Formats: sequence, C-alpha cells, structure tokens
Amino acid sequence: MLHIFCPHCGELRSEEEFHASGQAHIPRPLDPGACTDAEWGDYMFFRDNPRGLHHELWNHVAGCRQFFNATRNTVTYEILETYLIGTKPQFTEQAAPLITTATREQGEKV
Amino acid sequence: MTTANVYQQRPDSGAKAESSLHQANLAGLIGKGRKNPGVRVREKKLLGHLTLRGDANDPAFAAGVNKALGLELPVALSLVAKDETSLQWMGPDEWLLIVPGGQEFAVEQALRAALAGLHISVVNVSGGQQLLELSGPKVREVLMKSTSYDVHPDNFPVGKAVGTVFAKSQLVIRHTAEDTWELLIRRSFSDYWWLWLQDAAAEYGLNVEA
Repeated sequence: MLHIFCPHCGELRSEEEFHASGQAHIPRPLDPGACTDAEWGDYMFFRDNPRGLHHELWNHVAGCRQFFNATRNTVTYEILETYLIGTKPQFTEQAAPLITTATREQGEKV
Repeated sequence: MTTANVYQQRPDSGAKAESSLHQANLAGLIGKGRKNPGVRVREKKLLGHLTLRGDANDPAFAAGVNKALGLELPVALSLVAKDETSLQWMGPDEWLLIVPGGQEFAVEQALRAALAGLHISVVNVSGGQQLLELSGPKVREVLMKSTSYDVHPDNFPVGKAVGTVFAKSQLVIRHTAEDTWELLIRRSFSDYWWLWLQDAAAEYGLNVEA
C-alpha cells in the first residue's frame, strides 16, 4: 500500500485515507463575465492528462480533512513531494525530464 | 459582539435524552460477560462537543482559548486534557472541545467572550457524535484488526489523537492513557461500530462498564 505524506498532519498515512481531487494550480478567471464560452469551458471542464509529472490536488479526507498538493509521476505512480496549497512545487517537468521512450521503431507520422 | 445565535441547546424541560446507542441497551449488559475480559467498553454519552475554528498562528486566538479554557492549543495530532475537559487538534485551524454534559453552553459563551473580535467559529456538535472508551490489555489487538494506522506505542503515544480509516469507515482514535483508548464516533454510525466492536473483541472477551 502507498504511504502519502500529509503536510498538515506531518506524517505518512496510508493511501486509503486520501482522495485525489484532480489537477492542481488552476487559476480562476478574475472576471468570469468577460470570458468567452471557450475560455470558461477550458477553465471549468478541461484538464491536463500528462504522461509524466503531474501536479495534483489531494484531500486527507479521513484525517485532517485538508487539501494539499502533490507532484506525482503518472507513469510510475511515484509521489515525489507533497506541499501546501499556496506554495510552489520543487519538482517540475523541466527540472526532472521524463526518461525518453525507448528507441522504438516508429511508423510514419500521418 | 457576535451576531451568532447562541442559545441553550440542551433541553431543560425534562425531555429524556438518549445516546445514539440507546437501542443497544448497554446498561442492561453491565456486569455480564467474562470474568477477566480483554476489552472493556464504556459509553461516554451526552457530553458537550464543540468544534472550534480559528487562526492557530494568531497569538490573540491562542491566548483567548487559554483564557477561556485554561488549556493550551494542542499541536498537530495531539490532545490536551484537564479533568473532564479535553481539547483536540482536528486540523490546522480546527479543534474539538469536549466538556462534561451541560457545560457546553457556558463554555461556548466564555469562548465567544474571550475571542470577541477575532475571525472564529464555535459550533455545538454534541448531538452528532460521542465517545466510546475502550480499556483493557487487548484493546490494541482490536484496534490493529480494524485500522491500517500503526497503533504501537512508539508511533501512537498517550496524548495522540488521529482521524483515520477504521473498519471500512472513518473515526477518530484518541490514546488517553496506557491501555485506554477512545473512539470518537458519528451518531449515525453508532450501531455499526457497536456491532463491529462486539465481533472484533469477541475472542478476547468484551465487557460493558458503567
């Protein structure tokens, strides 16, 4: 079972105490009334689905019931860090690039 | 002064108060069971539970709480107690105060007076939850069956309190003394917890205490 570090409780807890709540760091448009339908739709419904590092919002539902952020590798499920909302992640895609896929023979791009 | 509607929520008209485990008739089970049970359960019912929220980093808040209760704000995952009153950390800005039944109205008023002008919240949640006290040499075995959290004294010393997953549901475990633990259970789950405890503690012997 995975153990996840809750930055509020300050200790590792088992995964079943947590709930993943999707992508983190989504800024709300400052003036929703001025948004086009496309902009508002993007904000409201469209989420990244990266292969590699992903910054996510998690909730420690069974413990302190607080939200926090986590950086997770969606390929290996490795959780690199957890950090408080309002702080910046240490690990970003640029700092820790994904291992490039094996030199597999690729077909012609269509 | 606050505009919150603070009033005496405990009926004083002689209305009969019943705990959420009233149907289980625990009183009728007192004194029955094995001679040397591994687990003893005691229902701490009809106490006053208050949820207190505020800014932990504000010295005025900590001072106000200390003035009203005589207790220091507990840090993460801990519990402080004085006599029958206990204050427990529930989250970075949330604490649970448990006082003897009947005192919650006066305590809430004292808290509001001491914290006047601050951005706080005090909510009486007495009707929503209660405590079950487990004691005896085999309590830790029962806890180990029920939760994935490490309840070894090295990880869970006296004075610690954690919210965690327990028997497919959630509750708060409080370690109040060596071999004495408290479960903070939700009212609507009471029946389930009582059935679970009977089953989990059957092999060690479970006695009900007054």
